[in-house]
Amino acid sequence: MSVDVTMPRATAPAILPGSGGMRGALSDLFWRRPQLLLLLMLLPPVLWLGIVYIGSLFALLAQSFFSIDEYSGLINRQFTLKTYGDLLQAANLDIILRTVTMAALVTLASAVVAFPIAYYAARYARGRWKALFYLGVMLPLWSSYLVKIYAWKLILAKEGILTWLFAKLHLLWLLDGWLSLPVVGGNSLSVSFTGTFIVFVYVWLPFMILPVQAALERVPGNLVEASSDLGASPGQTFRNVLFPLALPGIVAGSIFTFSLTLGDYIIPQIIGTSRLFIGQAVYSQQGTAGNIPLAAAFTVVPIVIMGFYLWGAKRMGAFDAL
Amino acid sequence: MTSAVSFQKVSRHFGSVRAVDAVDLDIAQGEFFAMLGPSGSGKTTCLRLIAGFEQPTSGSISIFGERAEGVPPYRRNVNTVFQDYALFPHLNVLDNVAYGLMVKGVGKAERHKAAEEALSLVRLPGYGARRPGQLSGGQRQRVALARALVNQPKVLLLDEPLGALDLKLRENMQEELKSLQKALGITFVFVTHDQGEALSMADRVAVFNDGRIMQIGTPEDIYQRPRTRFVADFVGSSNVLPPDFVQRYSGQHRWGSLRPESIRVSRAASGEGVAARLVSTNYLGATTRLALDADGLKLHAVVPAGTALPAEGEAVMLTFNREHLHLMDEPA
Repeated sequence: MSVDVTMPRATAPAILPGSGGMRGALSDLFWRRPQLLLLLMLLPPVLWLGIVYIGSLFALLAQSFFSIDEYSGLINRQFTLKTYGDLLQAANLDIILRTVTMAALVTLASAVVAFPIAYYAARYARGRWKALFYLGVMLPLWSSYLVKIYAWKLILAKEGILTWLFAKLHLLWLLDGWLSLPVVGGNSLSVSFTGTFIVFVYVWLPFMILPVQAALERVPGNLVEASSDLGASPGQTFRNVLFPLALPGIVAGSIFTFSLTLGDYIIPQIIGTSRLFIGQAVYSQQGTAGNIPLAAAFTVVPIVIMGFYLWGAKRMGAFDAL
Repeated sequence: MTSAVSFQKVSRHFGSVRAVDAVDLDIAQGEFFAMLGPSGSGKTTCLRLIAGFEQPTSGSISIFGERAEGVPPYRRNVNTVFQDYALFPHLNVLDNVAYGLMVKGVGKAERHKAAEEALSLVRLPGYGARRPGQLSGGQRQRVALARALVNQPKVLLLDEPLGALDLKLRENMQEELKSLQKALGITFVFVTHDQGEALSMADRVAVFNDGRIMQIGTPEDIYQRPRTRFVADFVGSSNVLPPDFVQRYSGQHRWGSLRPESIRVSRAASGEGVAARLVSTNYLGATTRLALDADGLKLHAVVPAGTALPAEGEAVMLTFNREHLHLMDEPA
């Protein structure tokens, strides 16, 4: 049995058709020298990153080694560690400790809240529910940051909806009890560290959910089954399989929540007490006080802390499963 | 003796899909049992029902006489070798193998010793420090096997464990699995779509189609005496003969099956036999497979390599021993 498979001679393509002019010659050149194309594509972003971004960061770092003349208010452009000496004053250390504690608590709470949501999205949500998940997580990011914070100020105010809700549930004693505690308490939630904490968690939560969800998405479902098959209870499966494999995602998310909290100056200014966070200190030092070297030194603090944080995370094996 | 695994009228429906439909099954202790069928036939769902990943929609499952419905996978003394091995990527080979003992609270030194022994059993001693990503497919398969065996399961479930291996490795592993099963005396339940694998390894084979078991029997039973057209065709792709054809040779108006290797092909243009035309020849190495057309009935014959063959398109005469013509239960 033979089938006629010969094509009409006229339509048969040439074996090596010529290139199509300038554009063709250019694409042939890039095909032969892929490094050239790579160089052309990378040059603009590398210039941006190297000069504009890293460069200005180094300019900032350099500022922190200058000092301010206390009488004239002029900046003395000579290398000195005096500014760092100022940074280590008790009042400033207090600000640093307060900010780091807040950032750590916000990160921890974000991880705890984000994990079940991310787990649901990665494991169970399909089709329309998945779209709804992304919408639900991203939607708050589309509206103005300031509007959201002021909305929270109303929610947390003494006459706000939260107080009303507690009253309706006959749980006002619980709220009052909490507010009467030292440090975390205050006149109302909107002027307490608890309020600052709640709003921080709310605002940064999407930045934790998305990387954790991405990490969980990459965990094959049969690993959970295998763990269960080998006798691990759901809790053991979480500890021994899911958590270690989601850890890179949690660390990635915590880099966002931790560093964003370290640097933010708007949330604690609108919601919380009058005690300062690093961001506010930077703002007031370079603005009202005009002490740019000290502001720069304050800025170095989050960078150093994040450096240590990442180093510690790497040592703990957070990136092993990548 | 109680059965290792027993299904009574077990069904598992996913919405309107009857993945497993009223299956009755008894797997004896120490048996090497194969579940054979095309994809979507319900064999893997049956395995998952034994493992506990699925719960039956109706019917009852017992494992060593104990009712298993509602018992989660982690409370069953049954272990699975997964199709794509499902090794934990963040643990090294030794910790992968020791995982089952670790979650049971066995101390580190003891469980590592047991894991090392299990690795020797699958002929991978000293591989403990490696990561699963550094192993070849065949080695991962052995690690998955060791990880299951270290728990000393009552029943070992294997979900197409050899599917991803190349031919040579697969043949080696078939022999090894078979001898391992004999040595350990554990009940093996093996899911495969490869009929050769099922026939060569299993003590008994269940042939699945559309969520039902078509036939359960020894490999000889299944191969020589298929009960339905499906079994005849799926296991060894037998020639399924229509009742009218069968009646001429056996006197009975029933469906029949004739193995390709039972057909002799000769060039004689006349004489006793079935007149046919050779459509094509397909060289398979040890054998050659012939596609034949006997007056509209498509047949296959397998002849040893080296046999002198007529040219494609030529008229041939087919003969076969009438004893080899097997009549099937299926009504005409």
